[in-house]
Amino acid sequence: MPSANGVAKYLSLTPAVLFLVALTVLPIANLLVLSFHDVTWSGGRASWQWEAAQNYLQLGSDRLFIAGITNTLILVVVATTLQVAIGLGLALLCSILGRSSTIYRTLFLLPILIPGIIIGAIWKLMYNFDFGIINQFVSLVGLPRVDWLGAPSLALWSVIAVDVWHWTPFSFLLLLAAIESLPTDVTEAAKIDGASPWQELWTITLPLLWPAIFVTFAFRAVIAFKVFDEVYLLTGGGPGTATEVISFTIYQRFFVQDDAGYGAAMSIALIFVISLIIAVNLTRRQRLET
Amino acid sequence: MAQSSPSGAVGTPRLLLHALLFVAALIVLLPFVWIAAAAFKTQITLLMGNVLFDPVINNFREVLFGRTSTYTRSFFNSVMIASASTLLVMVIAFLAGYSLFRMRWPRWVVNVFLVWAIGFTLVPPVALAGAGYELFRGIGLTNGTIALILSHPTLPLPMALWLLSSFFRDVPRELEEAATMDGAGFLALLWGIVMPVMLPGLVSTAILVFIFSWNEFPVALALTNSQTSTVPVAIAKFAQENEIKYTQMAAASVLSAIPALLALILGQRFIVKGLTAGAVK
Repeated sequence: MPSANGVAKYLSLTPAVLFLVALTVLPIANLLVLSFHDVTWSGGRASWQWEAAQNYLQLGSDRLFIAGITNTLILVVVATTLQVAIGLGLALLCSILGRSSTIYRTLFLLPILIPGIIIGAIWKLMYNFDFGIINQFVSLVGLPRVDWLGAPSLALWSVIAVDVWHWTPFSFLLLLAAIESLPTDVTEAAKIDGASPWQELWTITLPLLWPAIFVTFAFRAVIAFKVFDEVYLLTGGGPGTATEVISFTIYQRFFVQDDAGYGAAMSIALIFVISLIIAVNLTRRQRLET
Repeated sequence: MAQSSPSGAVGTPRLLLHALLFVAALIVLLPFVWIAAAAFKTQITLLMGNVLFDPVINNFREVLFGRTSTYTRSFFNSVMIASASTLLVMVIAFLAGYSLFRMRWPRWVVNVFLVWAIGFTLVPPVALAGAGYELFRGIGLTNGTIALILSHPTLPLPMALWLLSSFFRDVPRELEEAATMDGAGFLALLWGIVMPVMLPGLVSTAILVFIFSWNEFPVALALTNSQTSTVPVAIAKFAQENEIKYTQMAAASVLSAIPALLALILGQRFIVKGLTAGAVK
């Protein structure tokens, strides 16, 4: 290769580096500094007041922050588990049926591509107490109507149901791709040895799929942690703090109450929690592999 | 391709499997059918819960041409922002991808770069939006459109790089070598040789990036005002301010799903390829 390409090598990587520095490293550095200040805006000018760790100390006793973290964790664990389980089931069905299931594969893409806020709007209407299709169905069966989003004990589960509906197709897609890239010779050999379809599933397919299942779970969990769009329209975090998720808490603090310092402290704490969960999972996975 | 096992499932079991999938498809489709129907109903027929009704297009007319409606403006804002940031992402990711995956960087440089890029996708956009908001306000950039065009690329950039990495691997080395021997410059090589070969991969990545930017909500909510709002922000505002205009909300939802439907119809194969490329390899 000519030596001019030595320069090109650096030049063509530069825009990406600049972008990532400007829009990821700088904001996080900025958040870190912000989180130690109390920021107030007056007349378009910000005044920063050094507060040391005041913001962070406040977190421990903040009812909204704790509710936000707890609800988000419940949502991440329950929704992601259901999505991977149902997605795996559907993917296995499709792989058994082969070509005749193509239409379903296309259909299942739909929820992934629709804006999250629209999903929120659709389900808000479907959950509507008076005319929503779900309550219409419920009263058709002869049961009393249910206040899906208004009852504190139910609201989070209604939100989780929407998330499962929204993102199961994504797990399905990843797992189907994984199943189809499995080596076929092992299953062929098992069939020749007279293994039943169930034996084949439990002793060959699932063990081979394990890494893909883990990746799908991790992928989904990371996205679920950021849940915001649907909650914003469905419940706005209510009733009370029943569906308060952490992204929503941060948003409220930062933009609605204009309390940037405290919002930044929450963001940094959240980033710390996520990194911790990932670090724990990675080391556990490494230990499993060795 | 698909591995069908005709010996495993024959006759009735096969029918049962189809029935199960059919039920799943119904569950996926029903909300869309219901919302589309609601968009053509009057407020009264919606509240009555009629299954059969005379369709009206009033809702769409109100949303698109109503005097107080800002939907069309938001739609054009979204088209502009999503197009511009997709172009930006694709140029940046293509150049960076070529450099990283084809130009003999030491292995650790590539890994550090990818981990760095992926690592930031773990950070909730709301957290970054807050800091971005302060930064943009600090340098006096209050135009939401430009702020969004600049910030949207960060979120799908790692995904784009990740996807392109698997597509770059499919470009035959001999092709590049032959072009270099013929004296093609760096840009001529990229534009004339590499890009055409990678076109399917580039298209699938671009479709996903576009959809991503079109759908993105929290950052757009933070950085735009009523003039520069994108479609998701407009829908959210509409839903909050007109809590009871259900049928118009349904109509606006249907309109906002158009890009997704177009992408699904025109680029279904590309989307599957894009969504799964990174995960399988």
